[in-house]
Amino acid sequence: MTGPLLEIENLRVSFPTPKGRVDVVKGLSFTLGRERLGIVGESGSGKSMTGRAILRLIRRPGRQSADKMIFDGIDLNSLSEKQMRTLRGARISMIMQDPKFSLNPVMTIGAQIAEALKTHERLARRDVKARVLEMLHAVRINDPERVVGLYPHEVSGGMGQRIMIAMMLIPRPDLLIADEPTSALDVSVQAQVLDLIDELVREKGMGLILISHDLNLVARYCDRILVMHAGEVVESCAAADLHKASHPYTRGLLASVPKMEETRDELPVLDRSAWSGT
Amino acid sequence: MATYASGARHLTQSVKSLGGFVVVTLLTFVGLMAITFFIGRVIPIDPVLSVVGDRATQEQYDAAKIAMGLDRPLILQFVSYVGDVFQGNLGQSVSTNRPVADDLARVFPATLEMATLGIMIGVGLGVPLGVWAAARQGTWIDQVIRVFALLGYSVPAFWLGLVGLVVFYANLGWVAGPGRVDIFYDGLVEPVTGLLLVDSAMVGDWDVFWSALDHLILPAAILGFFSLAYIARMTRSFMLDQLGQEYITTARVKGVSEWRVIWTHGFRPIRVPLITVIGLSYAALLEGSVMIETVFSWPGIGNYLTVALLNADMNAVLGATLVIGSVFILINKISDVLYRVLDPRSR
Repeated sequence: MTGPLLEIENLRVSFPTPKGRVDVVKGLSFTLGRERLGIVGESGSGKSMTGRAILRLIRRPGRQSADKMIFDGIDLNSLSEKQMRTLRGARISMIMQDPKFSLNPVMTIGAQIAEALKTHERLARRDVKARVLEMLHAVRINDPERVVGLYPHEVSGGMGQRIMIAMMLIPRPDLLIADEPTSALDVSVQAQVLDLIDELVREKGMGLILISHDLNLVARYCDRILVMHAGEVVESCAAADLHKASHPYTRGLLASVPKMEETRDELPVLDRSAWSGT
Repeated sequence: MATYASGARHLTQSVKSLGGFVVVTLLTFVGLMAITFFIGRVIPIDPVLSVVGDRATQEQYDAAKIAMGLDRPLILQFVSYVGDVFQGNLGQSVSTNRPVADDLARVFPATLEMATLGIMIGVGLGVPLGVWAAARQGTWIDQVIRVFALLGYSVPAFWLGLVGLVVFYANLGWVAGPGRVDIFYDGLVEPVTGLLLVDSAMVGDWDVFWSALDHLILPAAILGFFSLAYIARMTRSFMLDQLGQEYITTARVKGVSEWRVIWTHGFRPIRVPLITVIGLSYAALLEGSVMIETVFSWPGIGNYLTVALLNADMNAVLGATLVIGSVFILINKISDVLYRVLDPRSR
């Protein structure tokens, strides 16, 4: 396929406050091929809002605008809500943060996964079931026949997140946004889940946007990295070149990561005066 | 084999929980009897005096007291009262001179009929309105629904009843006036359930059925409006809470239609708290609205209880209180069962 998968120019997301509208994303621009892009930033930096804005899921009273938002040749800005819905899930999908809250508590897992598929494809019931079981297998769930009948409160966090991945990948999207997919999980399960996402994304040749606050993790799983701070991209570089980062915020972040063979007596604290002047 | 074993285990489990259920319900019922009975005895109303009247001699008074069993210790009186109640004997009403049980069998169905139609209207309109308001939060639709619901809170029942009669009965003539049924249909249908609509439909007497419905629709609609107000407001707030949940975003990410997001993902989880709200509203209607029953000359339990209270007719008061209390117990028990059906987390 020629041309980028996703092209975004001057994306803005704002929310009203008593003091007027405040931009939480201030003119973000990037292009994405069928590659893995990491967006890193602290909480409140606007990274999650960027993910949602790509799906045009900023709810009122929030507002989003962009000079250009083109996905695979389709201008997302010009689509009606209905057209946008045919894209959501089917072509662009998003893995949510915490399976405890992001799975519907009163629907069986099987029904929730099947819904993602049935929303976009007309299939016989038997075929839907086969696809769901196959997908659960693909996310390393050993006894999918049992799991489809369970409710979300009956599975562990790691399994819940694998179910979430299955649900979001079953309509075979081209772009997957993963919004902090592992921050609600135990450290021991994090790597499993990320390896799984990585493997499935590579296998199917999808684009991935991995949103995280964890610089190391993003550097390990992504080809390119955007560092966001206060709604703006402060650094954009290849993952391999992260150590050459120039912005003081990125440098500060990197410096505060402990090393295996630490020679410093004290880890430096992020010095915010270096770039924001406060 | 495994399925048989688990089936048998399931069965013993359900029998056990059913047994526990019955025991708990009975205990609650006896507790209710104890409270109503002792309150009835400590309030400064002399039941003997209301039977024999002011001008009885001391001998007559004492004889009546012994005849009524009121000279015995309180605890014995309670035991025999419980025994009587379980045999369906609620004593004699002083004001109507009939067994209280018979009176209640006549007045409670009248209230039941009105309350049931009322709650059906309240739920049938209140829930969709509440969901609609939540889905359109902050728009004019939301505002209109909220104001409409607020009216249901703040308008007095008797005023709405009278205005309803003036407009829909006197001026427009759309509905029949006060009473349960037109006078020439009265007593035509043999009471079986006591619910006029059901009784007349069972024997196929449609003239009576339509006349009864004609009389019922206005007071039931007014009651329905009051419960609608509460139900719509609660539905809206439950729904707003749900629509802010993460899994609603998940559903939208999947590309699910807005209708399905609201009704399947948003509404299904709130059925459990809604059942509580609806159950309590229904129970409140079953207490009988004295205002509405008075305005519409409705021979219901609210009216009966009020008259009994004013006449110091303690047997009738205790009986009616017992019926209302039982209704609350029953509705709570039904809610408990429905919770389990609707919420997989509580199984």
